[in-house]
Amino acid sequence: MNSVLGQSAPLIDWSWVERNMDQIVDRTWEHLKLTGISVGLGLLISVGLTIFVLRWRWAYPSITGFTGLLYTIPSLALFALLVPFTGLSDTTAIIALTSYTLFILIRNIVAGIDGVPEEVKEAADGMGYTRRARFWKMEVPLALPVIIAGMRIATVTTVGLVTVTAVIGLGGYGFFILRGLNTFFWTQLIVGVVLSVVLATILDVLFIAVQRVLSPWAKANT
Amino acid sequence: MIRLEEVSKHYPGAATPAVDRLSLDVGRGEFVTLVGPSGCGKTTTLKMINRIIEPTGGSIQIDGVEALSMPAYELRRSIGYVIQQIGLFPHRTIAQNIATVPGLLGWDQSRIRARTAQLIDVVGLETEMLDRYPAELSGGQQQRVGVARALAADPPVLLMDEPFGAVDPIVRGHLQREFLTLQHKLGKTVVFVTHDIDEAIFLGTRIAILNTGGILEQYDTPEVILSEPANEFVEDFLGGERGLKRLGLLPISSADLIPGPMIDRSGSREEAERIMSDNGIDWIGVLDGKRLLGWVDRVDLNASGLEGVEPRPFAASLSPRSTLREALDAVVTGHARIAVVVDDGEYQGMLDLEVIAEEITE
Repeated sequence: MNSVLGQSAPLIDWSWVERNMDQIVDRTWEHLKLTGISVGLGLLISVGLTIFVLRWRWAYPSITGFTGLLYTIPSLALFALLVPFTGLSDTTAIIALTSYTLFILIRNIVAGIDGVPEEVKEAADGMGYTRRARFWKMEVPLALPVIIAGMRIATVTTVGLVTVTAVIGLGGYGFFILRGLNTFFWTQLIVGVVLSVVLATILDVLFIAVQRVLSPWAKANT
Repeated sequence: MIRLEEVSKHYPGAATPAVDRLSLDVGRGEFVTLVGPSGCGKTTTLKMINRIIEPTGGSIQIDGVEALSMPAYELRRSIGYVIQQIGLFPHRTIAQNIATVPGLLGWDQSRIRARTAQLIDVVGLETEMLDRYPAELSGGQQQRVGVARALAADPPVLLMDEPFGAVDPIVRGHLQREFLTLQHKLGKTVVFVTHDIDEAIFLGTRIAILNTGGILEQYDTPEVILSEPANEFVEDFLGGERGLKRLGLLPISSADLIPGPMIDRSGSREEAERIMSDNGIDWIGVLDGKRLLGWVDRVDLNASGLEGVEPRPFAASLSPRSTLREALDAVVTGHARIAVVVDDGEYQGMLDLEVIAEEITE
C-alpha cells in the first residue's frame, strides 16, 4: 500500500496500468458513450428548440432562461436529485449531462443562424431561392462554424462532467479518480485525470478537423 | 419591358407611403437610372420589381406578364439582381457563386461550366479566380463576380441597387465604364438605383428623378433633364455645373471643329508665315497628308521652310469619342488653349474655348 507520505514510492505504478488495461479500455468506452450520447441528444433537442425559436422568436428568452437555470445547478446535486427517479443508471447520467449541453448548444446554433449576413440572404432571395432552400443551402452551412464551435465547448465540458458521474457508480475515467482519492492510490488518480484531459483534447481537435472539412471557406477559430 | 402602374408601398404604421402610386415605363434595352435623395423610395421601387419588397398596391408587368401572378422565386430567376453589399455566398467558390441561378434552373453541369468560364472573362477576371472563395477577392473583384452572377442565366432584365457604391472612386470609375461597354454589347433592360446624379447621367439612357414618397419629378434622357429641368426640385437636385454635366454627355464629334492653322510638311516658309500672320499666332501645325506630326514655333523655321525641323507634339490630343467636358479640361489645363482631335492617327480638326462655349449655349 502506498501512503500520502510514502515519498519513496513512484508516482505512477506502471505495473498497475498494465494489469488493469482491460478496465481502462472499458472505462474509456463508458466515458465516450456517456459523452457521445449526451452531446448527440443535446444537439437533437437544441436543433428542435432552435427551429421553434426561429419561428416563434418570443420563446427565445424563456428557453435560454430555462436552460441557463439548468446550467447553474451543481452537477453533484443534479445527479443526486435524479437518483430517486431513475436510479444509479446511465439514464440518470445522460439526463443530467444532456441538460448541461442545451444552454451552450442552443445559444450557438441560434447565434450562428442569426449571424448569416443580411446581404447574403437578400442575394439568395434575389437569385430565386425558396425560403426552405435558402435555409438549408445558405443559412445552415454558414452557421456551421459557430455551431461546431458550440459543440466543441459542449463536448469538452461534458468530458469533464462525466467524471462526476462516478458518484453514481459510472464516471468513465472518473471512476479511477474517485477510487484513487478514496484509497490514496495516486496512480489511479493520475491515470483518471490525464486520460480525461487527453480525451477532451482529442475530441476538441477532431471537431476542429471536422470543421475544416465541412467549412473550408472559414478559418477555424481555434 | 417593365411597366409599373400606380405602384404603392405603404408600411404598416407609417404615416405616409414609402412609394405612392408610381407609374414608370421602361422600354426594352433601356438603361434607366432611379435617382433621388434618401427617403425618395428609389430602392423600394427597385425591390418591388423583383418583389424583395412586396408592393401594397398597383401592378407591375415584366414583358407583359404580371409580376404578382407567379411565385416570387420563379420571377426572380428571370431577373438579374446586383446589390451594393454584393452578397456573394461566402461558403461557395466564385464558380459556384456565378453558377447560382443556372443551378436553380437545373442546367446540366457541362453547360454551367462553360457559362461560368465565359462570364468570368466577360467581367474581366482571371479564370484562376473561379476556385477561390469570395473572401479572397478585393471589393472591386467581388462586385465583378456579383455582376457575373446576375448575368449567369442571361436574364433580359437587370436590377442594380447602387452596385458600385461600396468601392473606392477609382475602381468605381473603372467599373462604370466597363459596365457601360458591356451593356452596349448585351443590350439588357437595366434599372439602376443610385444617389449619385453624375453616375445617373453617365450610365442612364433615361433618368427617373424621384422625390420623397416616390413621386416622379421628371423622367427623361440625361440631355433633356440637364437642359430643361422640369421644376425647382430637379434643378436643385442636379446641383451646380449643369452646363458642365451636359458637356460630359456630348461627344467631341458633335461639335463644329475648326480646321486650325495647319500646313503640310512639304509647304514653304512663305506659306507658313502667311498662315501664322493670318491667325495672329507664332506657331503652326504640321501635317503629313492626314497624319498629324505636331507643331513648330516661328523661330524654329529656317529659310527653306519646314525641312529638317522636328515638330513638337501637341499637349492636348483627344479622340472624337471623348466628351466635350474632357475637351474643356484639356483646353483649360493645356498651355496652348487649344486641343487637337485625332481619330486613329488622322487629324480631324481642333477646338478652343469658343467652340465649346457654342455647344453650351446651343
